[in-house]
Amino acid sequence: MTNKILILAEHDGATLNPGTAKAVSCAAAITEHGGGTIDILVLGEGIDGVAAQAAAVAGVNAVLVTDAAHLAPPLAVNHGPELAAAAEGYSHVLAPSSTYGKDVLPHAAALLGVNALSDIMAVEGARAFKRPIYAGNAIVDVTVPDDVIVCGTSRSASWPTAAEGGAGAVQARAATSQRAAHTRYQGLAGAGGDRPDLQTARIVVSGGRALGSAENFEILYRLADGLGAAVGASRAAVDAGYVPNDMQVGQTGKIISPELYLAFGISGAIQHITGIKDAGTIVAVNKDADAPIFEIADIGLVGDLFTVVPEIEQQLS
Amino acid sequence: MKILVGIKRAVDYNVRVRVKSDGSGVETDGVKMSVNPFDEIALEEALRIKEAGKADEVIVVSIGNNDVQQQLRTGLAMGADRAIQVETGDTLQPLTVARVFKALAEREGAGIVLLGKQAIDDDCNQVGQMTAALWGRPQATFASKVVIDGTTATVTREVDGGLETLEVDLPAVITSDLRLNEPRFVKLPDIMKAKRKPLDVVPLDELGGHAGAAPATGRHAAPAPRSRGVMVGDTAALVAELKNRGLV
Ligand SMILES: Cc1cc2nc3c(=O)[nH]c(=O)nc-3n(C[C@H](O)[C@H](O)[C@H](O)COP(=O)(O)OP(=O)(O)OC[C@H]3O[C@@H](n4cnc5c(N)ncnc54)[C@H](O)[C@@H]3O)c2cc1C
Repeated sequence: MTNKILILAEHDGATLNPGTAKAVSCAAAITEHGGGTIDILVLGEGIDGVAAQAAAVAGVNAVLVTDAAHLAPPLAVNHGPELAAAAEGYSHVLAPSSTYGKDVLPHAAALLGVNALSDIMAVEGARAFKRPIYAGNAIVDVTVPDDVIVCGTSRSASWPTAAEGGAGAVQARAATSQRAAHTRYQGLAGAGGDRPDLQTARIVVSGGRALGSAENFEILYRLADGLGAAVGASRAAVDAGYVPNDMQVGQTGKIISPELYLAFGISGAIQHITGIKDAGTIVAVNKDADAPIFEIADIGLVGDLFTVVPEIEQQLS
Repeated sequence: MKILVGIKRAVDYNVRVRVKSDGSGVETDGVKMSVNPFDEIALEEALRIKEAGKADEVIVVSIGNNDVQQQLRTGLAMGADRAIQVETGDTLQPLTVARVFKALAEREGAGIVLLGKQAIDDDCNQVGQMTAALWGRPQATFASKVVIDGTTATVTREVDGGLETLEVDLPAVITSDLRLNEPRFVKLPDIMKAKRKPLDVVPLDELGGHAGAAPATGRHAAPAPRSRGVMVGDTAALVAELKNRGLV
């Protein structure tokens, strides 16, 4: 059976999230086993621009656009039923393993009466995958039975962004659902800012509990701005209120794969390491020579971050 | 209002999990088992809602063999009013677990099904979403704040872009993120009291049995190790190393 793959696009109304083009790479790996086509479903309101971006991802066959007012907020109770309805006739349904994808995809899978796979990190066959469990301490092989739709999220850090240059056919697809009256969207308080996005930045500068305050994080922002880097944090730094939640890296935060990850005053708890295992080079600066982060760091320096950070900044400028 | 809380027995989060040498799974013999941390937070939230006078009963539910009674007793000691063990010797897929919660929610007339956003063993992050879909009720996942106001709940959700707020009509499914609260410690007298609280056992088949074709789980492997790095003596050496590798 040739594969017919549908990918749920993630976007903010204007811009396609890079997780989508990474999911296309995951889908392309599936088509290496028996061929097939890759379509993208875009749900929202006033989303022609997003659809055009999706059509330009290399390897995309068609872009299905469902434009409806009730799909403007990214609510699982509205997007889930649309995805399930659109899935008919497909062999695979994928979404990025972001908070959006993880919210919507299992909802749709349940409506389709199938189990779902979270965080697909490798494709071994059209129905055979690898995924991490126990915070990445084990990788398990999973095979989906032949007679059901494969529903899964693709682990963004495991897949490259598919190239541009595609010419998918954009097609309107009418909504089949109505607004779920029991759920009302009240808005998103984003941290925003001009810094590069944590999940796509080439360099990430990250701080832990050792920073001690929101004010002290300024030294990391300065270093990051000099490097064109994004800023991340450990859970301890988020819990202490030094930085907002969307900066958390790790098992329960963001899983990232920058070329360079610089960790300052982070001990290296397994839940944090899970989030950075796929980074190209990990640099750790910690005043405790026995900190577990040194076990996985490519370059380690035992020292006080409050001295080292300004020194790096100075020596790079 | 009744609140149904799911608590899963999972390897304690402090344990360094190892893959068995034959690749058949991970080592669980003699390993400390606990309540999945996200579920403990879900239970804490349910207890706080009840203590604020906004719920009458908190019911903890766990699915598995008799070992899960240990975690149910922990839940009762934390303050839950009664417990339900859904009995099965099998490892269940999220879709089956969701069907169990939907069936129990209907049987109990629950106002909230409060679950952890994921279990730290299989890291699936699916059951709450699937329960909401099957039940046809609101889905408020990854909650960092829950405010109950009569027949609605206002839930703040931790999403990649920041904090999202939803208002949902009850009954609803809510799943907890880590920052929702800090669970209380269990005190010794509460453990004694918990022994007298009701714990019902319901066979899985009575709640619908298995749902959906289960994916087959094959070999388990340890993740590819990162090669051991270098230690440098000072900032200048660090910066030189970064420049050498063409990283800055
Ligand atoms: C279910 C669960 C999920 C979790 N998910 C995550 C997650 O997604 N992400 C995450 O990060 N954590 C997560 N955690 C928490 C994790 O276990 C750790 O508690 C957390 O990562 C510790 O953060 P930290 O390294 O900043 O703090 P600490 O462990 O306190 O480490 C601080 C480090 O700073 C060093 N230090 C102190 N002062 C200085 C200085 N002046 N200069 C240099 N170094 C200094 C210390 O030597 C120490 O190593 C999770 C925990 C649980 C139970």
